[in-house]
Amino acid sequence: MMLELIKITKYFHRGSVNEVLALHDISLDVGRGDFVSIIGSNGAGKSTLLNCVAGCFFPDQGVIVLDQRDVSKWPEFKRAALIGRVFQDPLLGTCASMSIEQNLALALRRGRRRGLGRGVRFEDREMFREKLTHLDLGLENRLQDTVGLLSGGQRQALTMVMATLARPEILLLDEHTAALDPKTGQQILDLTQRLVEGMGLTTLMVTHNMHQALRMGNRLIMMHRGEVILDIAGQEKARLQVDDLLARFYTLKKEAFSSDKMLLV
Amino acid sequence: MSWYALLGAVEQGLVYGIMVLGVYLTFRVLNFPDLTVDGSLPLGAAVSAVAISFGVNPFAALFLALGAGFLAGMVTGFLNTKLGILHLLASILTMIALYSINIRVMSGPNVSLLGRNTVLDLFMRFGLPGYVASIILFTIISLSIVVFLVWFLHTEFGQSMLATGDNPRMITSQGVNTHTVIILGVGLSNALVAFSGALIAQNQGAADVNMGVGTIVAGLASVIVGETVFGRGGVLRAVVAALLGSILYRTAIALALSMKLGAFSFTPSDLNLITALLVVLALTAPRIKARFFP
Ligand SMILES: Nc1ncnc2c1ncn2[C@@H]1O[C@H](COP(=O)(O)OP(=O)(O)OP(=O)(O)O)[C@@H](O)[C@H]1O
Ligand SMILES: [Mg+2]
Repeated sequence: MMLELIKITKYFHRGSVNEVLALHDISLDVGRGDFVSIIGSNGAGKSTLLNCVAGCFFPDQGVIVLDQRDVSKWPEFKRAALIGRVFQDPLLGTCASMSIEQNLALALRRGRRRGLGRGVRFEDREMFREKLTHLDLGLENRLQDTVGLLSGGQRQALTMVMATLARPEILLLDEHTAALDPKTGQQILDLTQRLVEGMGLTTLMVTHNMHQALRMGNRLIMMHRGEVILDIAGQEKARLQVDDLLARFYTLKKEAFSSDKMLLV
Repeated sequence: MSWYALLGAVEQGLVYGIMVLGVYLTFRVLNFPDLTVDGSLPLGAAVSAVAISFGVNPFAALFLALGAGFLAGMVTGFLNTKLGILHLLASILTMIALYSINIRVMSGPNVSLLGRNTVLDLFMRFGLPGYVASIILFTIISLSIVVFLVWFLHTEFGQSMLATGDNPRMITSQGVNTHTVIILGVGLSNALVAFSGALIAQNQGAADVNMGVGTIVAGLASVIVGETVFGRGGVLRAVVAALLGSILYRTAIALALSMKLGAFSFTPSDLNLITALLVVLALTAPRIKARFFP
């Protein structure tokens, strides 16, 4: 197993009137090389789940084992050695005031000690250029340009490259195409597919788009109110249709679904 | 303004320029408004003056000041990151505490260096007149620090410091402990400020507990003047602009002080008011420009 979540519970504002149970006793095993897409209505706990894995906050209960290591007590920056992340907001993944190559160099040293050696090394530039060429955005000729000059889509593409530059044990994508226009979003998804398959990365991808979730990955998880209510993998997942998904959801939860349905499809 | 007064302004611009480089590091690189400097400048002055009066070599005394400033800055960084106190408040707390500490260090509100050797005396052995010697010495020192900072900000660690100020969430997800970076960064900044204070004390022959009043405002004014005149851009440009901004700022102040409007003239005590107005003007200039000259 690459990732084991054991009985994770997470409250926000515990004990106050605003108390939210964001994750309710979640246990989940993710195998090496699995590509899991995660869907669920607003507030289901998808982002909270990813943030717990990344260490942005600690769960109230439960154990997180990443690559055979119990990382439950590790702070976020330490877990980062094992994790590549892309956020929903394209501005979050890069430093606007620094150049493309400086951003890439920062990402190349993820999880390593940063000393007084040169930040951007001459010999790394060739590799950066090569990685950027695959994006087909012309960024390979703009290594010294400030990232703040790039469009949202270009920045998100750069963030994808950065998240995988130093091979992560697990890749966490939280609605990483939601803020982009459909065409750019599709390009980022294609890039995601290529990088994940090419490197055989274990991946958790949150999306609001059921079609995306069905098309990508070898496993699909649906969350609702802090619980995993559906978990389908392999052949069964490959045959799954949007209608099946909705039907399964009805039978499992037997709840009024009208409001959520609009959000999901 | 006389030639002599201009040289004096350049000399001040260079020696205070080291402080300005420190302010640049917190204000622009780390995005951490740090008022510790009002206390760490006199701290550096006090430590070096007291060390000299105990017979320590004046150059060694500068490095003691550097270390003291580093510690003071680390305290502010610690209060902010580990204890979760707002950066501005954390720095004010350290600044206030330093007032008491500086008086303890000097066993009083000031220490005179009268009759003591300073780095300038050592430098004047080459036979140069005082005001030339100080300008040459301060140029060498401030330029060395410019070179050091530009080098440092291009190292792996320096780059993660730039990133910490720009996008702390991003750099955390790249495996950097931003707390450590902030503590060391604010430390380094105040080390430079204290170093500047030590040189100022040796230059003027005394350390005084009140010599730090208005340091942050003067530092900000210099950084902003530098940016306005020489533009922002890469690290190299920004660092050089900060030092040149310091010289411009001191020259402007000297000009204002030499001005006479009938019976009215400015006194040195008006300096903080002028500077505060200058900073307000510089900070609001973009807005005023957008509003009235769209
Ligand atoms: N930092 C926080 N402080 C307080 N409550 C939070 C916080 N983060 C999330 N929550 C709450 O926890 C619940 C789960 O939120 P989460 O962001 O994980 O949902 P999500 O599945 O990602 O939803 P969306 O699809 O809208 O992004 C929600 O009720 C939310 O209001
Ligand atoms: Mg979310």
